[in-house]
Amino acid sequence: MLNTLALIFIAIGLFFMVVGAVGLIRLPDFYTRAHASGKCDTLGEGMMLVGFILFEGMTLIAVKLLLLVIFIFITSPTAVHSLVNVAHSRNIAPWKKGEERQ
Amino acid sequence: MTEVWFVAVAVLGALIVLTLVRLLIGPTAPDRVVALDTVNTLTVASMIVLSVAYEQTVFVDVAIVYALLSFVGTLYIAKYLGGEISA
Repeated sequence: MLNTLALIFIAIGLFFMVVGAVGLIRLPDFYTRAHASGKCDTLGEGMMLVGFILFEGMTLIAVKLLLLVIFIFITSPTAVHSLVNVAHSRNIAPWKKGEERQ
Repeated sequence: MTEVWFVAVAVLGALIVLTLVRLLIGPTAPDRVVALDTVNTLTVASMIVLSVAYEQTVFVDVAIVYALLSFVGTLYIAKYLGGEISA
């Protein structure tokens, strides 16, 4: 029962990671790509690690994975936010409808 | 059960290759750095999956250190691109 739940969580996490990577390739400009990567990867990795916590049960590894989840939920959006800040200060123009994809 | 983990690692490896395309063609420097950050995230995830597949608990510690270092690296590159750190 718990293993099935863990597998469902891991499958959802993998799905979000696929969506994030496809968005990184397909979307038209830097800001939309940062949006896809920053959100989908954070949630995807968090879901996968929660699945592995359920799979492992109450062990030391589960505690380490929980710390990793908290760390990733804090740091991954911070890194992408600082990159978007840099892109804004370097005057990278956002894509507008009808323009050529960058 | 082991086959499931190897399928997951294969999917993550395919995603890393897909993201490396953006790392190569990305028109601006921040594009490439975002792609690198995604590669790091996918690497951490595949390390965790491999630690479960091979039942090696040491891989989890390696993944924690890798996540820490990749965050510091991305932040440092962002500061450098913003001109706050001179090379």
